[in-house]
Amino acid sequence: MYPSDFRYTKDHEWLQISGSTGTVGITDYAQHALGDVVFVELPKVGAKLKAGEVLGTVESVKAVSEVFSPVGGEITEVNSELANAPEKINQDPHRSAWLVKIKIDNPQDAAKLMDARAYQEYVAEKEKEQTA
Amino acid sequence: MSTPATAEVRKTALNSVHRRMGAKMVNFGGWDMPVEYTGILAEHEAVRARVGLFDVSHMGEIEIRGPHALELVQHVSCNDAAKLAIGQAHYSGLMTPRGTFVDDLLVHKISGAHYFLCVNAGNQDHDYAHIRENNKFGAEVENAGSRYSQLAIQGPRALELLQRFTKVPLASIKYYWFAFGEVNSVHCLIARTGYTGEDGFEIYFAPEHSEKMWNALMDAGQPLGIAACGLGARNTLRLEAGMALYGHEIDDTTTPWEANLGWICKVEKGDFLGRDVLVKQKEKGVNRILAGFAMNSRLIARDGYGVLDGEREVGAVTSGGPAPFLKKNIGFAYVPPKMNAPGAPIGISVRGQVAPAHIVAVPFYKRPK
Repeated sequence: MYPSDFRYTKDHEWLQISGSTGTVGITDYAQHALGDVVFVELPKVGAKLKAGEVLGTVESVKAVSEVFSPVGGEITEVNSELANAPEKINQDPHRSAWLVKIKIDNPQDAAKLMDARAYQEYVAEKEKEQTA
Repeated sequence: MSTPATAEVRKTALNSVHRRMGAKMVNFGGWDMPVEYTGILAEHEAVRARVGLFDVSHMGEIEIRGPHALELVQHVSCNDAAKLAIGQAHYSGLMTPRGTFVDDLLVHKISGAHYFLCVNAGNQDHDYAHIRENNKFGAEVENAGSRYSQLAIQGPRALELLQRFTKVPLASIKYYWFAFGEVNSVHCLIARTGYTGEDGFEIYFAPEHSEKMWNALMDAGQPLGIAACGLGARNTLRLEAGMALYGHEIDDTTTPWEANLGWICKVEKGDFLGRDVLVKQKEKGVNRILAGFAMNSRLIARDGYGVLDGEREVGAVTSGGPAPFLKKNIGFAYVPPKMNAPGAPIGISVRGQVAPAHIVAVPFYKRPK
């Protein structure tokens, strides 16, 4: 379910690193919790963000959810297809519905994030809390 | 809606059915309720195009009986219950002495000595206490919520579906009228009412029959394209249909005039709680009025966002979100009366930016006849 080459945040973002560039999205758990996504607001290319800063907003029918940048850096690309097809976030959150690409300032930021196994355990715990 | 942290969460008789169906559950007014099954958009579409089934057993029922039943109903509510015929229902407001809403409700006249009130889940105990406190007439008041399950069958194919389970000629029940009869061999109050803007029915019956009733309707509804619907779709449907939700458009600080509900406020009927205040406010005029609006862009207004007249904040959004059928982003907001003209531009404060919007006539959606 959760790709093993991604890193994950507690706020349910994922980060895939390729050289000095990271691709950021929200996880399957996040899209499921939100429900039908109807709007996505993303930063401009060139925007500089610190780790943990608000990167954008994903809105479902019911809720507004902020997305936080898993690492610090400069936005190099945004997924402009999502503006007209926000539902892609529900359909394919880990692949085609990536949000932004970011040139990572400090690779140490990524080292602090969870790996797939740790994230899997983290969401299993969350799900348990909800059905209790 | 807030509930005491220590309060035990309440469950409808269908709770395990919802969980088996994989519904996403939320605490709503102290009740553990399904918010969605397959998704709000799909459920919303099913109701507009076909039929949806909602478990609304969390709604409260209060029954008022006795020779003075009408006097009590008239005293606590703002609509004119004396105008109801036996078998007829109307929308009304339960009033504070200040002319504001304790709750909104449906009043069904079962007989001259028996009125059946359907009230909001989170308010039912408070409503019951309020009605009893104001019962200077010696009417009998029963907090009857636990004796009923309520299912809403809503959509253009609702009648066709429900008719398979009852001999009551449903087409002869007019909008906002009701009848008693058996549905799937269970005694029910069958009302042609709803909270979706579509044709449909709400049935009230003893909770022990809930699972059988639900399954029968879901099974027979499959070929009609039925969807089990949660509170998420219930909210988008009612908003699109321009209906108020307690705790949002109305509460104990808002009056019927302000809420654009003058049609349920019958000050000429005689004395009732809050009448004096309401008569005065009618003469003087209101300082704010509930208006519908639509966003000019894809930005979505949400509950609590500010309404701007230029730079100045002049009101607040009470409900906002996407209107899935209209494919627009809409909302309700309190605005100064002078701004309330269809087409008039307003701004909505969305995350620090001014999102342009304009006033539109309510209801946003009206079903084709």
